Amino acid sequence: MALLEVKDLRVHFETEDGVVQALDGITYSVEAGQVLGIVGESGSGKSVSSLTVMGLTRAKNARISGEVLFDGKDLLKASESDMRALRGDDIAMIFQDPLSSLHPFYRIGDQLVEAVRAHRDMSKAKALDRAVEVLGQVGIPEPRRRVDAYPHEFSGGMRQRVMIAMALINDPKLLIADEPTTALDVTVQAQILELIDRLRQEFDTAIVMITHDLGVVAEVTDDIAVMYAGRIVEYADTESIFAAPEHPYTWGLLKSIPRLDLPRDEPLVPIQGRPPSLILKPPGCSFHPRCPYVRDAHKRIDPKLVGTAEGVNGGRHKVACLLPPQSRRQLWTELVSGATPEDAKQRVVVPEEAVDQEAVDPAAVDQEAAR
Amino acid sequence: MGPYIIRRILYMIVVLLFVIAITFLIFFILPTADPAALRAGRSPTPETLKAIREQLGLNHSVPEQFWLYVKGLVLHFDFGNSFINDQDVRGLIFDRLPNTLFLITGAAILWFTFGVLIGTISAVKTGTFLDRATMTTALVAISAPVYWLGLVALYLFASDIGRFPILPGNGAYQDAHGFFAKIPTLILPWIVLASAFAAIYARLTRSNLIEVMSEDYVRTARAKGLTERRVVIRHGLRAAITPVVTILGLDLGILVGGAILTESVFGIPGVGRLAYDAIQRGDLATIQGTTLFLAFAVVFMNLLVDILYAFLDPRVRY
Amino acid sequence: MSTNGAKGNHLIEVRDLVKHFPLTKGILFRKQVGAVQAVDGVSFDVVEGETLGLVGESGCGKSTTARLLTRLLEPTSGSINYKGQEIARLSRNDLKPLRRDMQMIFQDPYSSLNPRKTVGSIIGEPFAIHGMKTGEGERRMAVQELMDTVGLNPEHFNRYPHEFSGGQRQRIGVARAIALKPKLIVADEPVSALDVSIQAQVINLLEDLQNELGLTYVTIAHDLSVVRHMSDRVAVMYLGKMVEIADRTPLYERPMHPYTVALMSAVPIPDTSRRTKRDRIRLEGDVPSPINPPSACRFHTRCWKAQEICSTIEPPFAELAPGHRVACHFPENQVDLPVPTVRPLS
Repeated sequence: MALLEVKDLRVHFETEDGVVQALDGITYSVEAGQVLGIVGESGSGKSVSSLTVMGLTRAKNARISGEVLFDGKDLLKASESDMRALRGDDIAMIFQDPLSSLHPFYRIGDQLVEAVRAHRDMSKAKALDRAVEVLGQVGIPEPRRRVDAYPHEFSGGMRQRVMIAMALINDPKLLIADEPTTALDVTVQAQILELIDRLRQEFDTAIVMITHDLGVVAEVTDDIAVMYAGRIVEYADTESIFAAPEHPYTWGLLKSIPRLDLPRDEPLVPIQGRPPSLILKPPGCSFHPRCPYVRDAHKRIDPKLVGTAEGVNGGRHKVACLLPPQSRRQLWTELVSGATPEDAKQRVVVPEEAVDQEAVDPAAVDQEAAR
Repeated sequence: MGPYIIRRILYMIVVLLFVIAITFLIFFILPTADPAALRAGRSPTPETLKAIREQLGLNHSVPEQFWLYVKGLVLHFDFGNSFINDQDVRGLIFDRLPNTLFLITGAAILWFTFGVLIGTISAVKTGTFLDRATMTTALVAISAPVYWLGLVALYLFASDIGRFPILPGNGAYQDAHGFFAKIPTLILPWIVLASAFAAIYARLTRSNLIEVMSEDYVRTARAKGLTERRVVIRHGLRAAITPVVTILGLDLGILVGGAILTESVFGIPGVGRLAYDAIQRGDLATIQGTTLFLAFAVVFMNLLVDILYAFLDPRVRY
Repeated sequence: MSTNGAKGNHLIEVRDLVKHFPLTKGILFRKQVGAVQAVDGVSFDVVEGETLGLVGESGCGKSTTARLLTRLLEPTSGSINYKGQEIARLSRNDLKPLRRDMQMIFQDPYSSLNPRKTVGSIIGEPFAIHGMKTGEGERRMAVQELMDTVGLNPEHFNRYPHEFSGGQRQRIGVARAIALKPKLIVADEPVSALDVSIQAQVINLLEDLQNELGLTYVTIAHDLSVVRHMSDRVAVMYLGKMVEIADRTPLYERPMHPYTVALMSAVPIPDTSRRTKRDRIRLEGDVPSPINPPSACRFHTRCWKAQEICSTIEPPFAELAPGHRVACHFPENQVDLPVPTVRPLS
């Protein structure tokens, strides 16, 4: 059984402006020693999903439903003190900006010791020894001396290492990394990614890596979930996502980023429009206002995440799209050969009636969530 | 930090000289009572006046008087003598100082503790009825003038004239002797003086803490699995309280120069009372002395508070 | 995008540009005891019509250089020559007419627009400052035309910045920058604060505007892929010095300076087949402090090829191939070597 299994997780926030549908039924799983990449842009819900796993979204105005099974136990039903016992111990999280994520007034040694003693019955001295040990493991030189330093006395890369040390200090089974390298220089990013990978191999930690950088996920992840507007729109092993992506949003992402491995003259094809409001989501497929291949039915029917044929290497590949699989593959072939979306749309004939999913009734979904 | 402190002390001296000069000059411009006439008593003869003038040094030119004053100040710490009763001003101030200190220290302990406590609770329970109720009460406390509060307090609770006579009233402080005897007489003054400040500190703590609780490092603290209490106090409050502590220093500095209104309402012979009486009677020397004393206290507390800040916030480096 | 840029009219010529931020100590009289050597003697040209990309990591001085070009910062020393005129030490009054020719676009679309001003007022401000388009409704028409050019709805000129998305706000910044029809635009990280799918929109917009209006760009960015896409020539900076400058293709395919090589190899590529085959050069440690930079070649403390000469003699910024200048004693990929010592990316 997988270490972490998220099933149909829904998170809605009731605000003055309306109900923010941050997560709309997402399902994924991670095994020990495996890396899952969650790719998405702002408003996709990628951070909310992890914060919910950690139990950090339990606000008065939050409506959460679904299941989050960690080691078989449903975290959504766990008490606050149970969650606190897990946080920083079996499940750890590192965040994007290490400067603002470390308390500016306390020495890092003290912050690390606090992390240990929250979960282990240890004297301060022993906890400090452990802190020095972990700092050494993450590559901080002279750790015995550096524990007395304050966060602002470290460089960006070193600070992120400190954060990683703090997350790993209690040997977590699951590490969630939310944009861990976005704020770092590219050479430092390379060091940190390598560190994370090395630690995963040594300790068999399961890792969820949240990022918007497709290059990063290609390097380090085993599986990828592409999120858009609170849903997972494509879910497959990493190789399949890059070799044979099946969702128009994924295509859009891959075609719109400049890449060092492709000729420079490849034009950037942006995705038209902008991410939708999570309060007033478009009816039907959330991506349809921006999709070049949209058809009438897509404006009414909400696609579910369903498996397509076996992905590359026999992985299971899931997509939430109403276009027939055959057409999708043809479209991708066109796009890869350099066609623009308009061209590709012209060249591929999509049969009109091939919409074989049941319509999803939005009202029923909300009733479900309210329970 | 050494050079920083030395530099600040030098600036402090410059500021104080400036204050002396301005105070000095103001009273030559303002039409106050003629000091010689004050001393002379009824129907003074010109000779008496002249003699007194010489004695007070008023026959010298203004710059000369200024220089004499500064010299006396710096070399002998001599604030001059009161124009009214010829008493040594320095002595007057330092006699009264313990009373003022007693009053403001007690009040400060009260207002800081309650202010921060209430502010923290409000911040944690933001938006609830409790939060709104406390903040409204705070607003009332801030708006009510201290003397009004004092008079109402006396009217209600003073043992001699109050509706519910439970606490000593005006003048009781002077009548009580000994440290412990004085404490009950200060309860009403402490509460009255503390209420406005407590309200301000509560609001300040609340808004700082609300802001700090949304910082990334608080999220990290929660992600480490710490109890909410530890997160609020050790991570949230610790960061939010730094500006509040520095303001406390500044407030104390200003109050040392005299919590005039409170001292008057409750009849406490402090430095504030001294200044007030001196102003009423045109006692230039005492006015100058108390003004200078206040200036010194404020500037000194300013420096202390800045140094303290460096200890509270390790990112600050001088 | 215009053609290769090494030849052509020089719009700007920068020689030995220096910017030091002084550090002072002392009780009463502040003595300068050191300086943050943000930019320490860079020389380069900007060709008319090209896009020059400036890359480097934190602390390399690229943002400072950008601000020096537009005189938002005062140079400590050195010369900036704009179309034959020396502008490094020009007074503010003399500089004002030139400011119409040089504009900037900033990184953060959330903080670089005044939240209290309407969009129309922000875009129209350049006209107001230079006393142009004072006629009745003239300014509004000009503003709406600009909004249309950058892809914004002209009806929205009375809205406030917070009513727009990040990408749209960046477009507002662009509209403001092109209002006076400048010759040069310095763009400091124009897309790094935007979502990936929006970045392409803004990059394409900048390209189109360059073709339409004949603009010259100096683009600062840390994302090497974006820089490669946008630039004709690219300059690499490290700790206040320019270490390499070349046309785009030679720089990315045959980088000569070891730092450039390491930088290229560190960029993650969205292609899983490269995972095992990648030769990654790992740089140890962090960038040294710009207050006390290493002697001679500043990169020698992290360079795998460093030898004694690297810490004693500063390598000249020499032209080792046509249009390709490098400051290194032991450059990679030199043309006369039979085989490149580092496998290129293709």
